[in-house]
Parts: sequence; C-alpha cells; structure tokens
Amino acid sequence: MSTLEIKDLRVSVETEDGAKEILKGVTLTINSGETHAIMGPNGSGKSTLAYSIAGHPKYTITGGTVTLDGEDVLEMSVDERAKAGLFLAMQYPVEVPGVSVANFLRTAKTALTGEAPKLRTWVKDVNGAMDKMHLDPTFSQRSVNEGFSGGEKKRHEIAQLDILDPAFALLDEIDSGLDIDALKVVSEGINDFRAREGKSVLLITHYTRILRYIKPDHVHVFVAGRIAESGGPDLAEELEANGYERFTSAAV
Amino acid sequence: MTAAVQEALELGKVESHLHPEGSFDVEAHEVPKGREEIWRFTPLKRLKGIHDSAPFADGATKVEVEAATGVTVETVAADDAVRGTSGLVPTDRVSARAWAASTGATVVRIPTDTVIEGATVIRHHGTGSQTAGAGHAVIVAEKFAKATVVLVFEGSAIVADNIEIVVEDGADLTVVSVQDWADDAVHLSTQHAKVGRDANLKHVSVSFGGDVVRHDFTAEYAGPGGSVEALGLYFADAGQHIEHRLFVDHTAPKTKSNVVYKGALQGEKAHAVWIGNVLIRKEAEGIETYEENRNLILTDGAWADSVPNLEIETGEIEGAGHASAIGRFDDEQLFYLQSRGISETEAKRLVVHGFFNDLIRQIGVPELEEKLTSTVEAELAKNINTLITKDNA
Ligand SMILES: Nc1ncnc2c1ncn2[C@@H]1O[C@H](COP(=O)(O)OP(=O)(O)OP(=O)(O)O)[C@@H](O)[C@H]1O
Ligand SMILES: [Mg+2]
Repeated sequence: MSTLEIKDLRVSVETEDGAKEILKGVTLTINSGETHAIMGPNGSGKSTLAYSIAGHPKYTITGGTVTLDGEDVLEMSVDERAKAGLFLAMQYPVEVPGVSVANFLRTAKTALTGEAPKLRTWVKDVNGAMDKMHLDPTFSQRSVNEGFSGGEKKRHEIAQLDILDPAFALLDEIDSGLDIDALKVVSEGINDFRAREGKSVLLITHYTRILRYIKPDHVHVFVAGRIAESGGPDLAEELEANGYERFTSAAV
Repeated sequence: MTAAVQEALELGKVESHLHPEGSFDVEAHEVPKGREEIWRFTPLKRLKGIHDSAPFADGATKVEVEAATGVTVETVAADDAVRGTSGLVPTDRVSARAWAASTGATVVRIPTDTVIEGATVIRHHGTGSQTAGAGHAVIVAEKFAKATVVLVFEGSAIVADNIEIVVEDGADLTVVSVQDWADDAVHLSTQHAKVGRDANLKHVSVSFGGDVVRHDFTAEYAGPGGSVEALGLYFADAGQHIEHRLFVDHTAPKTKSNVVYKGALQGEKAHAVWIGNVLIRKEAEGIETYEENRNLILTDGAWADSVPNLEIETGEIEGAGHASAIGRFDDEQLFYLQSRGISETEAKRLVVHGFFNDLIRQIGVPELEEKLTSTVEAELAKNINTLITKDNA
C-alpha cells in the first residue's frame, strides 16, 4: 500500500534574474493502485512537478509538502526516494557514457533491495524485460542511453520500470517521440506494471493518444503551474476534441 | 649531420614554434627558469635538479624483462648505432642530459614479418636512490611485425629518459607506458616515434603515481599511410603534477593521428597539464587528425590545464579537429543514477568508471585492462569518502 500526497506544492528555479516560481500550489493525492494522468500544454510545469517529487537538485521547494505513506519525501535524498518506492521515467533520459546497461541495472537493483540479485534468474529477468520492450539483448552491453534513439530511450525506461519494480511510477512524457508501434509496446509495459498488486502511476503527457491504451482513473489538466481542473477519463476526451484553450485562456 | 636533420631540411623549413631545433649538446639548452613556453607549467623546484646539473648515476631503477616469445631484448653500449634511429633529437635540456648521461640502452626488437602473441613487459622498480637515473630504450618493430610492448615504472626514483620507437613500413606496434610510481617519484620522459609507410603505432601513457610525472610524446612519419593513435589515462591525487605534452608532426601525406587523453583529478593541488600539438606540413596532403583531452575534476583544490593546438600549412586535408574539456560531475548523470536508488558515492564511482571505461577498452591490451580498472577503483576509494563529506558540507 502506498499513498502519495502532494499538498500546495510550490517550486521555483534559479534564473539569471533571480528565482522564478514554476509550481504555484499543486495539490494531488494518488492512492495505491490508481493511475492518474496529468495533461498540460508545453511549459506548464509538468516536468517540474515530476522532477521535484523525485528530488532533482535544480528545483527549490518554497512551500507545501510531499508525503509517501505519511513519510516526508522532501526530506529524503534522491536515492532514498527511490528506495521508498518512487520511480521517475524521464522525458529526456540521460546518457551515462562507459557504464553498461547491465552494470547500471545490477547496481540499481542491488541498491534497492540491499542484496545482489541471484545471477541465474537475474539474466533471465533482464533479457525478458528487454525482449518485452523489443530491445535486442545486446542492449545490455551498450552504454546507458548513449546513442539510443528517442524511442529506444523510452523503451529502456519502461524496461527499468519492469525490472526495478517500484511502488510508484512517475512517467514524464513517456509517449513523446514514439511511433505508433513503439507506443503500443510501451503502453503494454505500463499496463503490465499496473496489473501488479497495489502499483500507482502518475502519467504525464501532452497528447491524449497514449490514453487510448492506458485508461487512467483520474485526469488532471495542468496549466501555468497548477491543476486547473480534475475529472474522470471523459476530461481527456474533451481535451482531445477541444484542446487546452478553455483552460489556458482562463489561466491568463 | 644526422639523418633526421637532413630529412627535416628536405621537408622544407618550418617556421612553427612547434618545431624547435633540437640538439644533442646539453649546453645548447639553457637551464630552464620556468617562463619558457615548454616549461611554464612544470614545477621546476620539484625536479630534484635534473633540469639543471644534478648528477646521474646507474642504480635508480632495477629492470626486469618479460619478453614474449620471438621478441629480443638486449642491452647495448651507449655508442651503439641504434640510438637515434627514431630521429629523436633532444629539444629540451632534460632529454639532452639524459641522452648524454645514459651508459647504455635497452633495445627491444621485433623481427620482420613476425606476429607476436602476448605482451613484452619491461618493469622498472625504483630503488629509492636519491641520485637520478638516466634511461634509454629503443623499440624497433621491423617491417610487417606486430607486437605489444609495455613499460612499467614503479617504486621511488628520480628518472629522466629517452624512449625511441621505430615502426618500420607495414608494422603494427602498441607501446604502453605505465607510470605507477610511489608518491615521491620524479619522472621526465621523452618518447619519440618514427612511423613508417602504412605502419600503425598505438602509444598509450598511463599515469597514476609520482610527485612529478612529465611525458613528452612526439611522432613523425617516415612515409605516407602511417597512423598514430595516442591514448592517455591519468589520475592525479593531492599534490601530484602530471603533465603530458604531445606533438604529432604530419611529415608525410595520407597519414593519420588520433589523440585521446582522459584524466581525473582529486585532492588539494592535484594538477594535470595536457598540451596537444599537431602540425600539418605543406607536404602532408590528405591527412586526418583528431585530438581530444577530457578532465574530470572530482574535488575542489584540483586543477587542470588543457591546451590543444593545431597548425595547418596545407589546405588539402581530409579532416582535422580537436576537443578539450575540463569538467566536474554532471548533475544530470548523478541524478539519473540516484533516481534509480544508487547512492551518491556509488553514482560517482560509476560515472568515473564510465569516463575511463571506453578508453581502457581502446587500449586493447587484455593483460592490462583489469589492472587499470582496479587501479582506477583503488584511486577512487582513496578519496571518494572525503569527496562526499565535502560535497555535503
Ligand atoms: N532554469 C530555468 N530558467 C528559467 N525558466 C525555467 C528553467 N527551468 C524551467 N523553466 C521554465 O519552467 C517552466 C516549466 O517547465 P517544465 O519543463 O516543467 O514544463 P513542461 O510542462 O514539462 O513542458 P513540456 O511539455 O515542454 O515538457 C517553463 O516555462 C520553463 O521555461
Ligand atoms: Mg516536460
């Protein structure tokens, strides 16, 4: 069981002209087993929300709280958050030259579980996860994200989700840069994850097309650093038909 | 007049400061004061006088040879004609002094048309002597020969040496020089290669230990189609000065050079210097060259100087480029790794490991790979804890 509670979260970034507030009071509760979709126009602060929850050093929390089952997430270091069950699939996964995917995954799994994975099942698990994402087994020997195509980076993120098996997945524009076949593969991976007991997902997206494959329980429209409206899957359909205009004009 | 000087004259006079006139006469090289272009980065005070007039004697190092089957290693007298066959003419006082003072030379010879399995290793154990040693070695890969020669330096010593490398036409030679000295060693090495027609040389410099380690590697081509790959890996700790000066002189058409040096620095007053000079002469048409130096600064108090320099005297080249970077840990990389549950210490270890990993693989000497990886790990282990506490402070 895990509940992620975000209350009145305010976040700013350092710019040349001083601090700039990006998140202007975000409140959101995600219960165990739920999938929430956050949809919003470019620059509305969606990635900022995801990064702030994961603990990226670039963002300064100026107000509010984030708790996971009552534990103060904002007090935790980045790796502690992962150990507490958070996982962030990044909009732009980072290249780590010279570090093989195999080494990276094994180091991460060992850190998360506190013991080295059993060699026999481990190789099978990794190959299985790669295979599900239509990634060639030779991917394990390549450097993390280096020279991966946009789509391969995203599929690699979902392979990690499968292997590292967190309680709570923050997926930041996992659908961007994917062609329709890759989108289906990635969606299947996410749905497999959701089928596991008690898993929660925060699906951040700009477009509605991934919602054809992944059915959220709740949809939130994110505009100018806060949630403008929340609703059920029908809200996504309205966005599909009419776009963000109704919300963006209201926010100005 | 030596053959090398004659050749240089035939190629036409080069005005470039990259091509100082060499001389075997020690007194033709003034005692450096520290402001000279070629000495301005080197801490002269720590050289134990070898740049000036400190005496040389035998016994600074004990040499141990493990020759691969088919390779001959012998010691010849200082007046043996093999000395100078690489075209090396000292361009600084330390090199000239070492040349004059060495009482013999180690000659490693790989016979024509032979492909040698395994590496030939020449180990130099510093004896701790306070008197400097002057060394000389000549490595000759005869026509179409293929081999790997590894020079290892360890222990405490003060050493100035000249290493000559002759790669005859069509030969394929790898030379690795590993400076794994104790903390107080001083080592100034001049390594010069002459690369024949269609010959390949891979030259690798690895520096971990020593108080002052300065390596000058220069290469010239004796015919078209030759290729030089110069790789370097260094790890400078607190107080250490590690300096690499490279000069690739494209003296023939259709030649190639690829220089990649990577270093990590940690601790107070750890200093690395990299000077990468490439000269493309008028007659060197259709050549390709690339040079790169990357420094990873792991802690405050360490600093690196990196100066790539490309001089082109012909417009007819295939490609020429350089890159130089001095950076700290990339926050994005560390964040990515940590967001997967990996601790900050472990994330840093992985990044450094990755930084060197590609290069270690390119060295392509299996006997060495594991040793280099574990030495990198050991160097990191020395400092990574202080590194973390510092970061959090
Ligand atoms: N360092 C910075 N300096 C100035 N502005 C910044 C900085 N970092 C982020 N921002 C701004 O913060 C806002 C929110 O950015 P964020 O990346 O969170 O948006 P997003 O909703 O994820 O957009 P997209 O749909 O393009 O991914 C943007 O206007 C962005 O320009
Ligand atoms: Mg974004």
